Amino acid sequence: MGVTHVIDRRLNGKNKSAVNRQRFLRRYREHIKKAVADAVNKRSITDIDRGESISIPSKDIGEPNFRHGKGGRRAQTHPGNKEFVTGDTIPRPPGGGGGGGSGQGQASDQGEGMDDFVFQISQEEFLDFMFEDLALPNLVQKQLKETSNFKYVRAGYTTHGTPAKINVIRSMRGAYARRLALSGNARKKISDLKEQLEAIKRSPMPPDPVFSKEDQIQALEDEIKRLKGRIQRIPFIDEIDIRYNQHIKQPKPATAAVMFCLMDVSGSMSQTHKDIAKRFFILLYLFLKRNYQKIDVVFIRHHTSAKEVDEEEFFYSRETGGTIVSSALKLMREIMEQRYPTEDWNIYAAQASDGDNWNDDSPRCSKLLAESILPFVQYYSYIEITPHEHQMLWHEYEKLMESYKERFSMQQIMDEADIYPVFRKLFQKQAEHLA
Amino acid sequence: MSEIVDNDLIDRQPEPEAPKPVERKPISTESEWTFDLIRQYDEAIAICAKEYKLETYPNQIEVISAEQMMDAYSSVGMPVGYHHWSFGKQFLQTEKLYKRGQMGLAYEIVINSDPCIAYLMEENTMMMQALVIAHACYGHNSFFKGNYLFQTWTDASAIIDYLIFAKNYLAECERRHGIEAVEQILDSCHAIMNHGVDRYKRPSPISAAEEAKRQREREEYLQKQVNDLWRTIPLKAGDKEIKNKQRFPAEPQENLLYFIEKNAPLLEPWQREVVRIVRKVAQYFYPQRQTQVMNEGWATFWHYTLMNRLYEKGLVTDGFMLEFFQSHTSVVYQPPFDSPWYSGMNPYALGFSMFQDIKRICEHPTEEDKKWFPDIAGSDWLETLHFAMRNFKDESFILQFLSPKVIRDFKFFTILDDDTENEYQVTAIHDENGYRAVREQLARQYNLSYRDPNIQVWDVDIRGDRSLTLRHTPIDRVPLYDKEVGEVLKHIHRLWGFDIHLVSVDGDKATKSYHCPEKPEPEEEEMED
Repeated sequence: MGVTHVIDRRLNGKNKSAVNRQRFLRRYREHIKKAVADAVNKRSITDIDRGESISIPSKDIGEPNFRHGKGGRRAQTHPGNKEFVTGDTIPRPPGGGGGGGSGQGQASDQGEGMDDFVFQISQEEFLDFMFEDLALPNLVQKQLKETSNFKYVRAGYTTHGTPAKINVIRSMRGAYARRLALSGNARKKISDLKEQLEAIKRSPMPPDPVFSKEDQIQALEDEIKRLKGRIQRIPFIDEIDIRYNQHIKQPKPATAAVMFCLMDVSGSMSQTHKDIAKRFFILLYLFLKRNYQKIDVVFIRHHTSAKEVDEEEFFYSRETGGTIVSSALKLMREIMEQRYPTEDWNIYAAQASDGDNWNDDSPRCSKLLAESILPFVQYYSYIEITPHEHQMLWHEYEKLMESYKERFSMQQIMDEADIYPVFRKLFQKQAEHLA
Repeated sequence: MSEIVDNDLIDRQPEPEAPKPVERKPISTESEWTFDLIRQYDEAIAICAKEYKLETYPNQIEVISAEQMMDAYSSVGMPVGYHHWSFGKQFLQTEKLYKRGQMGLAYEIVINSDPCIAYLMEENTMMMQALVIAHACYGHNSFFKGNYLFQTWTDASAIIDYLIFAKNYLAECERRHGIEAVEQILDSCHAIMNHGVDRYKRPSPISAAEEAKRQREREEYLQKQVNDLWRTIPLKAGDKEIKNKQRFPAEPQENLLYFIEKNAPLLEPWQREVVRIVRKVAQYFYPQRQTQVMNEGWATFWHYTLMNRLYEKGLVTDGFMLEFFQSHTSVVYQPPFDSPWYSGMNPYALGFSMFQDIKRICEHPTEEDKKWFPDIAGSDWLETLHFAMRNFKDESFILQFLSPKVIRDFKFFTILDDDTENEYQVTAIHDENGYRAVREQLARQYNLSYRDPNIQVWDVDIRGDRSLTLRHTPIDRVPLYDKEVGEVLKHIHRLWGFDIHLVSVDGDKATKSYHCPEKPEPEEEEMED
């Protein structure tokens, strides 16, 4: 019999199944994508950042093999008889005997039953699936999924590190202290001995003739020499003295941001339009969340007049009537002034509309933007969700593009994949910043 | 007499706690384990195991975390698994159940390999680790080494190497042919994995020698392109010599995977190799499917016996034993048929009771035992137990050794469910007239030929459309599970490349047939070209 080997495997990778899990997700990606899309529609913008439970009908997920079905003649032995005697009959349970299951175990021994196969995908996987439709570049995806940005800050000293980080002063100070501490006893003894030596030298009479004065002095001096030698042997600097500068990761100091979501809710905006708009807002929200610690979201909806509402009302209530975009901009301006002073807040805004506007109003909009909004915001993005010809508002906004290239972007959108270009500059800027 | 298993335990507990006090020098007193303690317990258990003549492969104990245990679960006990989505599905399911607390993880997983690898969970207490070492490293291990099925069907020293080969080979295939292509073949092979084993023939064990042979097989493949099987000389229409048409294969073949690997007309060499890999894996697990009761019973018997032996020697504390009994009792609990927890026989319970019972029959036979087991009543229990372990599988083990006492203890009864009757019928119970019937019926339940439908390759239309005909021979009229047959046939179709027919027969009369692709109604006989 050989010797038993005991091995600690705990430090080995634990994600041995990761590949198989990915295979699984790949195979059922259509199911998952649909579930994710549903979840995006259902969830609040600010709640987009977590995993989701996915449910796949068991008929789609089975692994078929040849098995026995119901029927025929079969006998089965069971434990725990209480009152049966040979020859007893038991009425067949309704449904052909499948329900009771006593004789039918084999038909479902896979334990799958009729339930759906339910499992969790992680926050990261959730975002992956969501981003897929949005056609986000990889770098941007990565940025959005990173939980936090860190920077290294000095944090005192540590006992291990790289030679490049040795702190000389600290190390020497430690060495000195150690030398003092280790030699303390010896030095105290030396000074005692020295006193004795002095005393003996001074005393005229040898107290003990056998142990002569010279001998005594000699003995004391030898002892003093020995102790001094011992002090000498204490290393000048030892490994334990060495201190290294320590740097730790710290979340980047972040400030607050406010995100204005502006949306046209006039009769011409359908629920599909709004769903696309929602993804647009989500993307901006995710971006902000990576960069700021505190984020306020303000929802402003408008038709002929604008109103600040909560998210529920923003996305799901319907209004009819005409459209005056400037009303929303005005309201945004007011809210900015009252609640979000630019010294304290980074202001981002995203506006979604189908492009309809009261023609006279469009020049007013671009003026408002140019004068009282764009100078104060970090970024303003506009999407027009329409397959039709552009109208006045688009052309007015196009003029703004010239003078506010850095902080203004606009895009016509047919489906989700068109959303990303709106943010391109924003994400690029961040990529540069990180690099 | 209400709880069979509990009674068993109560009967036996006093044994180790016999009055003569032993001087206790426990190996440990805390519930925390350390690597050093694991080694000490292992040594102590190894000494006890030797007293009982347990022969084992060398042990390799690996301590793993719960997450790693879930990984191990999902590769269905293969220490090195190839990649496949179904393992990912398994993992997700395990993870979900575990995280919701609906399922505890096994305390150990043991691999039939040389050295014998046992995974222990880090969450286990010291007692649990010791139990698991006794159970897996000495119980299962000696079973793997001694049982004839394992000796015949598996080669413990080669399995790890083979699995590594398989994993690398499949990874290479994925690289060359794409994940999708490999996945499809694997899906199809998995669908008939249970029909990928020779039930009656002794296979050649996986071995290094075979790896060398493989090269030759590839050449054989090329040869096959021109071999007689597919050298078809077009026959003139109407010139069918049905008279002397020879069936191919001449004898029905039960190993579908093997047949496909060797004969499928369109598979590429790498695809054949994939079929072969799945077949080999199926073969590796085949003995385990046939020895659940014995294997678990044997391992449970030995953890029980070895733990008690440690106690007798004073190496463990009373507290240790109490904790042990609690675990052991729940392991061997058999819920009665009407319990909400009932999900068939608990192999641990049945196997443990049977081995304990054999020991009892050897040591203290009753008149009944002497009548039923004249050969073993009063014989040396250890030798008899080893004999039973070596030479049987579940079916024959139960048929040979299930005693009236165990039947009474479990209160077994047999129910007949005949779909031509309106009621179930109780055909036998745990009484004098029923013992034999119950025993035969229970043994039959563990016969794989009854568990898996009997499906064999019947015919290939070599000179015609190359279609493959399978034959299902129902036992006791039990039909196939209709809903999945079509799907499985699609998989076989993918492997074979031509039409697949499956016929259920009763004697020589076809009772039901399935086709892939599904047959158009027999009306249109018109065939162009």
